[in-house]
Amino acid sequence: MAYEFDFSSVTPAAIKVLGDGMLVSLKITAVAIVFGMVWGTLLAMMRLSRQRPLRWFAAGYVNLFRSVPLVMVLLWFFLIVPQLLQKLFGLSPANDLRMTSALVAFALFEAAYYAEIIRAGINSVSRGQLAAAYALGLNYPQAMGMIILPQAFRNMVPLLLTQGIVLFQDTSLVYVSALADFFGRAYSIGERNGRIIELLFVAGSVYFIICFSMSLMVKRYRKKVAT
Amino acid sequence: MITLDNVSKYYGDFKVVSGCSATISKGEVVVVCGPSGSGKSTLIKTINALEPIQEGRIVVDGIQVTDRSTNLPRLRSRVGMVFQHFELFPHLSIADNLVLAQVKVLGRSKDDAHTRGMKYLDRVGLKAHAGKFPGQLSGGQQQRVAIARALAMDPICMLFDEPTSALDPEMVNEVLDVMVELAREGMTMICVTHEMGFARKVAHRVVFMDQGSIVEDRSKEDFFGGGGNHSERSRQFLSKILSH
Repeated sequence: MAYEFDFSSVTPAAIKVLGDGMLVSLKITAVAIVFGMVWGTLLAMMRLSRQRPLRWFAAGYVNLFRSVPLVMVLLWFFLIVPQLLQKLFGLSPANDLRMTSALVAFALFEAAYYAEIIRAGINSVSRGQLAAAYALGLNYPQAMGMIILPQAFRNMVPLLLTQGIVLFQDTSLVYVSALADFFGRAYSIGERNGRIIELLFVAGSVYFIICFSMSLMVKRYRKKVAT
Repeated sequence: MITLDNVSKYYGDFKVVSGCSATISKGEVVVVCGPSGSGKSTLIKTINALEPIQEGRIVVDGIQVTDRSTNLPRLRSRVGMVFQHFELFPHLSIADNLVLAQVKVLGRSKDDAHTRGMKYLDRVGLKAHAGKFPGQLSGGQQQRVAIARALAMDPICMLFDEPTSALDPEMVNEVLDVMVELAREGMTMICVTHEMGFARKVAHRVVFMDQGSIVEDRSKEDFFGGGGNHSERSRQFLSKILSH
């Protein structure tokens, strides 16, 4: 007997719940992109630095985070960060720190990937640009901030956006900490109504539409820049 | 005004610059030539410490370049430099290329920096292009902007590192014209170039380098005068670049 789809559990109320979940997913994505890029930029600069300890630290960091599964990092942070914060700030265990630990985990994890993209971006700017900036009397932070990084980011926009799309999909992994993101809510609505397949289908379609249209935009941008 | 005293630089074990000494006085125009790989570019980049040196001493306008306590950005802001590949900042407009360092390094106001920048842009004949981006200009125009950018900092001397060797032949002269004019106004200039016509026109001295060393350092008249006392190496080099 063929499976009969029944989407009747996707009621307006359910859509509202899913919408709230989407906000959680987008919030995690946005925070992870912003902090991941800032921390990733610093890591990239450390990796290119002349100071050996900085270089080693950044290389170790990047290799560590890129060699373990994201789910595991999320679980670690879910288990460790709340306790740590409660100890440090004397918070009561009643405080819900799942969101915080998820944000910290994503930001730290994504920074490792952004660091590599940004490092490639910095290397894509010709060495003569730094020499020219120095020759005009700019110091290292000025040369980096005003000359090298703006060009590095411009060269790397498509890759940074693509990484952002991957990150958006990966936020669904917060279900391991029972944080009610878009995916988690879709799953629990499905579970409650015995319609998991339908809800996963809906969730999958939404992810597909958002990510695919984003990657089409990246493609168009790439073409525009190339001409 | 610029003194190089027994300057040596190594890349690992390889000695790129070897015991070079020279003195350049105010208003002097010195052309540095020699075969590629002879260390000419490296040598002039030691003057504003873009290339650190391992041995010797460099003094620019009374400031010890090699002293650890020297404020290098400050020193560099007073020494103009023009590069082989122009190195305009491609993400900034021509006007912003001229303004940026004046504001950030010299602390001039934006308006002041803009006015001064436009003055020099006008001097190199490109005022109409102020709003464009470097990628929209030809190589010769970009190099003229690069000269204007350096001049806008009111440098005490100018270093030119093969300013015309990345240019199409028909654009070489527009850049040399600007340099000749600058030389005639009395700017202290050190130019790494193979443009012997330029050297004949405005140089006071010609320095010939080979394998990291200064082989000859003599007055223009002496250098081009056909006196029989050229070194074998520079005679070979000159016969190759002057035969056509």
